[in-house]
Amino acid sequence: MSTDGAAPAAKVEIRSLSRSFDGLDVIRDLSLEVREHEFVSILGPSGSGKSTTFSVLTGALAPSAGEVLVDGRPLGRRRDQFAYMPQKDALLPWRRIIDNLTLGLEVMGVRRPEARRRVRPLLETFGLAGFERAYPFQLSGGMRQRAALLRTVVQDRGVLLLDEPFGALDALTRAQMQQWIEEVRGRHQWTVLLITHDVREAIFLSDRIYVFSPRPASVLACVDVPLPRPRTIETLTDPAFTRIEAELLGTLLQRG
Amino acid sequence: MTAQKVVGDQALPDSGVALPRRPRAVRRLARGVPSLVIVAALLAGWQIYAVTGNLGTDVLPSPAKVASEGWAHRAELWDNTLPTLRATFAGFALSLVVGFALSVLIDASAVARRALLPLLVVTQTLPLIAIAPLVVLWFGFALLPKVLIVALVTFFPITVGLVEGYAATDRDSEVLLRTMGAGRWRIFRTLRVPTALPFFFAGLRIAITYAVVAAIFAEYAGATSGLGIYMQNAKNSFRTDLVLATVAVSSALTLVLFGLTYVVERLVTPWVHLARRQGRAS
Ligand SMILES: Nc1ncnc2c1ncn2[C@@H]1O[C@H](COP(=O)(O)OP(=O)(O)O)[C@@H](O)[C@H]1O
Ligand SMILES: [Mg+2]
Repeated sequence: MSTDGAAPAAKVEIRSLSRSFDGLDVIRDLSLEVREHEFVSILGPSGSGKSTTFSVLTGALAPSAGEVLVDGRPLGRRRDQFAYMPQKDALLPWRRIIDNLTLGLEVMGVRRPEARRRVRPLLETFGLAGFERAYPFQLSGGMRQRAALLRTVVQDRGVLLLDEPFGALDALTRAQMQQWIEEVRGRHQWTVLLITHDVREAIFLSDRIYVFSPRPASVLACVDVPLPRPRTIETLTDPAFTRIEAELLGTLLQRG
Repeated sequence: MTAQKVVGDQALPDSGVALPRRPRAVRRLARGVPSLVIVAALLAGWQIYAVTGNLGTDVLPSPAKVASEGWAHRAELWDNTLPTLRATFAGFALSLVVGFALSVLIDASAVARRALLPLLVVTQTLPLIAIAPLVVLWFGFALLPKVLIVALVTFFPITVGLVEGYAATDRDSEVLLRTMGAGRWRIFRTLRVPTALPFFFAGLRIAITYAVVAAIFAEYAGATSGLGIYMQNAKNSFRTDLVLATVAVSSALTLVLFGLTYVVERLVTPWVHLARRQGRAS
């Protein structure tokens, strides 16, 4: 990993982060960075401390040691730098889709009409147009994930934190979602940090992948993905794709 | 937007209103048939026994006599139903306010929880037969003592329902709201209260079945009018038929109030009902 001064300033930088729970080390000396408009993935075995890393970024947990910099400044008590999408979609069953989508804005103090005005232009892109009045249980799994993502994106914060957003979807829907994300991300210039345990998903979407060790989490490897964008079905059969996949699997299996 | 949209393999009614109305109503009526048959059989047996036995109407009047005498005295029954209903509603309103306030306190502070919960349980162990006359003694023969007794009897299931409902709040949603910048109060009203609503209605239904009886009991202990008083007078003049007619009125009141809770529940928590129906259909 190169974190020398010559590189462009990172949007997010985690420096030597450690966190333990009553003596149980969950994160140990973890460093990584995400630059503006970059798509970065965290790949690691389950229980390794990936979600815990997100909890530190969102401020839900304080680090035991180390620090987080956003735009070069310590995160401190700032809570408004990251928009977080949890592992479960966490859509509120009593709110219609439109009211779930505006939840983040409402909590931030935006009035409901204004919040809806900001959500509306995104409905088409997220495949939710016409479903504003539906309840979450009336949507398919893929639509629920897209709704959760829209709720996250519309908060208009600097960085998206996505915790295994497609983990609960069937393989076909997941593949569709990945291609859709790739397309939308390019158009909207998002800065994304994604947690996944799906090697191919990580390669398909990322500019860079951090491989986490089993607990306590630290970075085993940092792999750049120089595949051209926009990525398509053909990308999956690119020899470079296969090579990176072999490399990542090797790293994961060797230590798992 | 009136047509049905198809999501995956499920039909999504836009308006949230059911399409097949009549079949469902018929099915619901059909479900009531067994209990109606039992009631009819019991009434028939009672009628036969009352007419053929030699017990005298002041001991066991026939159901037909109860019905006809009740109908003949309908004006008096109605005049005495009104004060009972008033006490029931006022007491229940107080019970809702107090029950909710207590639940908020208990949810907000562990100290309040430890201090209050045992006390609340103690209030439910008080023998009403001793308490009711005292409350009348302290607060007179007007509306107030009845309101207090109804509230005392009914607040507990409401509070317990709410408290357990808050505790069922989804942890992930709470974390999510916090990352959005939500404070305690925001989380309480946006997350905890809606989560608790189905539990609240379960408690409400238990509470409402006690409410009318509690009001009648309070009147029994001292009042100038009401079903409790009417019942007492009927008993003192050996009008067993009118006592039973009053009982029927009081049961009917409770049944209506019980049914009302379902109506209100469906209006307040439409998603619960819709999700349940979809679950049954698929
Ligand atoms: N609040 C907590 N208290 C104690 N242990 C925790 C806590 N949160 C997470 N852990 C532990 O930390 C480890 C990593 O959890 P997590 O970050 O959720 O893993 P994952 O990489 O699957 O997202 C797990 O073994 C879990 O038991
Ligand atoms: Mg996790």
